Amino acid sequence: MQHGKYRFIAGFLILPLAIYAVFVISPFVQAIYYSFTDWTGLSSDFGMVGFDNYARLFQDGVFWSAVGNSVTLLLLLPVVTISLALFFAFMLNVGGRRTKKAVIGGVRGSGTYKILYFFPQVLSVPIVALLFQFAYNPESGAINSALSAVGLDAIQPDWLGDPQLALWCVMAAMVWANVGFYVVLFSAGMSSIPKDFYEAALLDGAGRANTFFRITLPLLWDTVQTGWIYMGILALDVSAFAFVQIMSVGPGGPDYSTEVLPLYVYQKTFRDGQAGYATAIGVSLLIVTLIFAAVVMRLGRRERLEF
Amino acid sequence: MTAQTDPPELQGVTKGSPQDLAQGGGTGGAAPEPLAPAGRGTGRGRKGSSEGGVLNVFSHGVLVIWGVLVTMPLLWAVVSSFKDDSEIFGSPWGLPSALHFENWVRAWEKANMAQYFGNSLIVVGGSLIGTMLLGSMAAYVLARFEFPGNRFIYFLFVGGMGFPVILALVPLFFVMKNMALLDTYHGLILVYIAYSLPFTVFFLSGFFRTLPSSVAEAALIDGASHARTFFQVMLPMAKPGLISVGIFNFLGQWNQYLLPTVLNVGDPDKKVLTQGLVALAVSQGYKGDWSGLFAGLTIAMLPVLAAYIVFQRQVVAGLTAGAVK
Repeated sequence: MQHGKYRFIAGFLILPLAIYAVFVISPFVQAIYYSFTDWTGLSSDFGMVGFDNYARLFQDGVFWSAVGNSVTLLLLLPVVTISLALFFAFMLNVGGRRTKKAVIGGVRGSGTYKILYFFPQVLSVPIVALLFQFAYNPESGAINSALSAVGLDAIQPDWLGDPQLALWCVMAAMVWANVGFYVVLFSAGMSSIPKDFYEAALLDGAGRANTFFRITLPLLWDTVQTGWIYMGILALDVSAFAFVQIMSVGPGGPDYSTEVLPLYVYQKTFRDGQAGYATAIGVSLLIVTLIFAAVVMRLGRRERLEF
Repeated sequence: MTAQTDPPELQGVTKGSPQDLAQGGGTGGAAPEPLAPAGRGTGRGRKGSSEGGVLNVFSHGVLVIWGVLVTMPLLWAVVSSFKDDSEIFGSPWGLPSALHFENWVRAWEKANMAQYFGNSLIVVGGSLIGTMLLGSMAAYVLARFEFPGNRFIYFLFVGGMGFPVILALVPLFFVMKNMALLDTYHGLILVYIAYSLPFTVFFLSGFFRTLPSSVAEAALIDGASHARTFFQVMLPMAKPGLISVGIFNFLGQWNQYLLPTVLNVGDPDKKVLTQGLVALAVSQGYKGDWSGLFAGLTIAMLPVLAAYIVFQRQVVAGLTAGAVK
């Protein structure tokens, strides 16, 4: 029996674990090892260089603009996305007319709003990024022609071509793509908050803003925190790479104004043939990610409320 | 803020409260529209009082604006896919003078959209089956059997959720090159499976833990092997969880962009849909065939949106499942 059990466990684990080890774990470990080498990626011989790659990071201006842009995204993208989503979700659930029997109520048609808002979530990043790239096109894009249509011919920004604006344009597309998911997520959380909490608060004379900050937000805190971490990882890694790589000129431009860490790792490896240095950049991205997760966990720790 | 409740209002609330809770409690999406109250104010009851009316108009206004912001770019792409190039440049906001269906034909045939679609189907089909099978096997063993190293393996899997994928991709490219897996369907399938395992194992092991153990024990006593118990008893019981995580993985893998961009670049005929769209955008940009590009975008967009609208409930449940746990 015992023998059979262990054979079964081994039989079930061996394949998933082998695939995971070969394609995920071993590359991670190798990456950290390669960050101490001068490996080009083009040939198989390389030498150990100690911390040279890391020392070089400090002199690399492009690296620091990538850090700056990644950290900007990391700080702003979750705040903007989650605040907007909380606002819309609160409107959906509590913004309705007050009726005789229910002190608070959702707006009519909230189901339809949620279906619409969720659309971007099911589309791939290339679709969203390409759509926005057209919309931003200075000559024939939807935004500038809408501006001229309402008589604002003088205001025709270059959007993605303007180093001052490019990063904000990319961020707007990322916010657009992600708000809907969190509206639906928070809305589900809000609708499970018992209505008599609100009734009690309103009886005591609390305003809507007050009920939001004193009731809704604390009871939703776990979900908000999870969302925050998800958005932060998204802003640092895969999603930021895809949006910037597809939308920006260069990519990463103009003038490195949209360069982000994952894109720089990619460019250093596959464009410049500096795989060893690229993994050092990747390790610094890993460090930023870990600091972020630790800070959110630490700041967000509060007593869990059961209801 | 109109929330300052006036006294009569309060009376109504307190009087009817038990009934009220029963009605108001489980409202998920639909606006709670309570029945006409028994007490006073029946006349205005159905439509709701004017209390909160200003807020209601405001919230509808805000919600409609965001709704328009979300749908407009999508509609704009669909409308543009029927225009010719001069209309796209001349009047971005105008309606097409004639429906140029040939854009769609051109995108589907000449611009290889059909090929990219097929590649995506093959890769995602293979990787989805593999992910679900291997993920549920690992999750089941980790959730329901005690053995040395169980926790270690579990955290090895779960830890993979938070690490920057791009860091692993640099060495992975060369690992795959040495194994001759670059630019192959099976190579891409294996990588998709590997990078979907962390979430799948995390979610499904949580799910298997909630299932009652008495059924599995009964099956074992009746002489079923562990493997048979898993496939014929436990998997069917885990169906809701499998559907959620299956939808999550399907969308994630169908929309995957980073992995193919790094690992599947050598052979233009092997491109998956997301890569194909970006390649199309670059090449059509040179050719100036913008209408073909919009048609390509629309072709990529509509099936996913249609599937979402049909399976709306399941998709939302599947995608939010990981975050609410």
